[in-house]
Amino acid sequence: MTSTIKPRDAKELRQAVEWALNEGVTLDVRGEGSKLALGKPMQCDQMLDLSGLSGIVDYAPEELVVTLRAGTPMREVEALLAQRNQMLAFEPPDLGPLLGREPGQGTLVGAVMGNLAGSRRLSAGAARDHLLGFSGVNGRGEAFKSGGRVMKNVTGYDLSKVVAGSWGTLAVLDEVSVKVLPAPDQTATLLLLGLDDASAVRAMCSAMGSPHEVSGAAHLPGRTALRLEGVAPSVEARLKGLRELMADAGAKMQELGTLESRTFWREVRDVTPLNAAPDAVVWKISCPPTEGPAIMARIEAKRSGAQAYYDWSGGLIWLALPPSDDADHVIVRGALGATGGHATLIRAPQSVRAAVPVFQPQPAALAALAGRVKESFDPKGLFNPGRVG
Amino acid sequence: MEMPPLDPAILARRSDIVAALRAIVPGEGVIDDLDGMRPYECDALSAYRQMPMVVVLPETAAQVAAILRYCQDNKVKVVPRGGGTSLSGGSMPIGDGILLAMGKFNRVLEIDYANRCARVQPGVTNLGVTKAVEHEGFYYAPDPSSQIACSIGGNVAENSGGVHCLKYGLTTNNLLGIEMVLMNGEIVRLGGKHLDAGGYDLLGLMTGSEGLLGVVTEVTVRLLRKPSTARAVLLGFPTEAGAADCVAAVIASGIIPGGMEMMDKDATKCAEAYVGAGYPLDAEGLLIVELDGPPVEVDYLVERVADIAKGRGATTIRVSHDEQERVLFWAGRKAAFPAVGQISPDYMCLDGSVPRGKLVEVLAEMRRLSKQYGLRVVNVFHAGDGNLHPLILFDANDPDELRRCEELGADILRLCVRVGGVLTGEHGVGIEKRDLMGVQFTEIDLDQQMRVKCAFDPDHLLNPGKVFPQLRRCAELGRLVVTQNRLPFPDIPRF
Repeated sequence: MTSTIKPRDAKELRQAVEWALNEGVTLDVRGEGSKLALGKPMQCDQMLDLSGLSGIVDYAPEELVVTLRAGTPMREVEALLAQRNQMLAFEPPDLGPLLGREPGQGTLVGAVMGNLAGSRRLSAGAARDHLLGFSGVNGRGEAFKSGGRVMKNVTGYDLSKVVAGSWGTLAVLDEVSVKVLPAPDQTATLLLLGLDDASAVRAMCSAMGSPHEVSGAAHLPGRTALRLEGVAPSVEARLKGLRELMADAGAKMQELGTLESRTFWREVRDVTPLNAAPDAVVWKISCPPTEGPAIMARIEAKRSGAQAYYDWSGGLIWLALPPSDDADHVIVRGALGATGGHATLIRAPQSVRAAVPVFQPQPAALAALAGRVKESFDPKGLFNPGRVG
Repeated sequence: MEMPPLDPAILARRSDIVAALRAIVPGEGVIDDLDGMRPYECDALSAYRQMPMVVVLPETAAQVAAILRYCQDNKVKVVPRGGGTSLSGGSMPIGDGILLAMGKFNRVLEIDYANRCARVQPGVTNLGVTKAVEHEGFYYAPDPSSQIACSIGGNVAENSGGVHCLKYGLTTNNLLGIEMVLMNGEIVRLGGKHLDAGGYDLLGLMTGSEGLLGVVTEVTVRLLRKPSTARAVLLGFPTEAGAADCVAAVIASGIIPGGMEMMDKDATKCAEAYVGAGYPLDAEGLLIVELDGPPVEVDYLVERVADIAKGRGATTIRVSHDEQERVLFWAGRKAAFPAVGQISPDYMCLDGSVPRGKLVEVLAEMRRLSKQYGLRVVNVFHAGDGNLHPLILFDANDPDELRRCEELGADILRLCVRVGGVLTGEHGVGIEKRDLMGVQFTEIDLDQQMRVKCAFDPDHLLNPGKVFPQLRRCAELGRLVVTQNRLPFPDIPRF
């Protein structure tokens, strides 16, 4: 990387991209760079630093929407929302420590670009479900916008969806509007102790299918956790109902109160349980919830030393494997078989990420379509070249 | 409403095209006689009618693929159609195009309660999904008012909403996967029973694309457990501002109701005369707030909402005591459109969304416009999410009234955009709002959307004449002028 360009406003951002286009210069687009170790390693000519485009543009708690500049740190957004008892309902994880950095870094737009989500993905959706609109610059050096600041909007294509999760490869954002929601008054967690993976997933699926509005369902070795959130009388009543429903599982039960629950679910969200082995490669597998244990069994049959836990009622497996040159990608992706789903290599040394597909390879027709969509935004491949390869 | 000019060369080949379609879909699946095609000449935007060149009703994804590939090779236009309930003309046929009717894709393929999802064909109705799973206590959340007739495939195309969106989301938040056919005949699957399709979120892009990007042949939807209780609160206010303030105060207090609807005095009167729901006729603004969830929570929240309403000067506060009364409270709101139909020969339903804080301002301005054009406007809206449904009353037999109605409608939508809102919250752009897209978007915004269209359909064969006011050729859109040897902009910080 030769140098950094740091625009201070929307106009400079557009000019910077236009310049890169004219010069044939590729751009490493970043906010705080907290997720640089995630994705394919890139070789870019220039860094485009968005940290100069920072700050809250507008926050209207009664409208449930916040508008902010692309470089605004997540911690700033979360602190602002907390003042009004609101939150980002998709529970964006802080992957910093997992990726070998300090906690508390990263921007909200960075989380959107990775379409990240925590345990509440099950009931509240991912980042993509909360991005109401954006403005930014495409790879032709044109400033454009999509969506808006209102909850319900079907005017034109929903480009917010395709930009969320694009890892910065379609457009450079300048400003986003994001839906926010009231934070729950109370949180309680029901822990079921000693269930094996298959029984745990059965219990979690049964809880998710109950009327008790479970907002998190995770299974760590020996502990299966079900989260309830809301106003106090409701949480109490649902906890009682859930205890009765879970009696069938035959497990010993424990409860966590609001504060303990917050710590517990933050750790689940941030993949803290897999942090203990700093050399391990870490995979994120998204699958149909009931398939989780079978997928894990297929992996364990071929590779010893696996450590894993489940979130999303079994539909998300966080998997740590002993270090290897190829991150065992054939074994991991092979284990998905015909169940559908996808595996993403979240943590591995640069040389490994350069050698194996970090993101799930797609069938030819879909990959070709995705390529054409990329081209429709960024025909010269200026933005984060190769990051999602 | 101008549509692209008919292509005489295509019309001249009509019999060849019909024969080719018959080779793909045998038997009754191809309709080319006028009487047989008549039911397809319009959708729910019935002011606009057009006979298609031919109607085809495929039964398999392979047939859809063969039809689209044929159309791509022969440059024949295609309009996909689900239940035909679009309020924006999204499935209005075109005279030199095939109408691809998906009605035979009507089977529920799989219900998976453990994974809380259902795999259905796109012609299954929205309500049909809920009907298939309600005996087990589950339902499909988005509930557009046409849910008895509208298809799931159409819901994907339009990103349909309903009265429960604020809490439960739109179609896009309740989809897990689709199978679709591209214009080149390729069949691709996006998502499945897992969360978050890998790669670019093309599932999200497809949702709400109004049938311009691909034809959906299978849909996997998320199922939810039915809330154990629901109660509705009827709140009458002496001013519209009071009602609007109450909406903001409920949300600011941290309550997200299952539904929160508002009606103005005229709408309340019409609805009351039509169904006798017991609405207070003196209220300038009427709210129906529905709370759902566990009984203890609903009771608790009902109290809090009633308190907030009291604090904002509500003159009527009534809480439903049983399911019958809850349904009655809703009956008037749900019948608001036909009720308005009783007092006016015709009405036009608009669909702008605005920031909630602008409701009062928008209502006042709408009233002024209504006077200026000499046409009555009645208002019902999804107050919780700022989605307005102003109904303009007019007589379609009077050409001058029709013209004034269209102009007033356009002015109201411009007003929505001016206060930070959008042209359409849930009904779609279609042909109806197509020519207003320039009010909300710049030419560059629209070009970017059209370039995305080109990635799916390079010849603009799929549902042309909808959404975009002016179609530009993909080759032209893709051209990139790069000026060589320009100096970097000197005033941007670099290091």
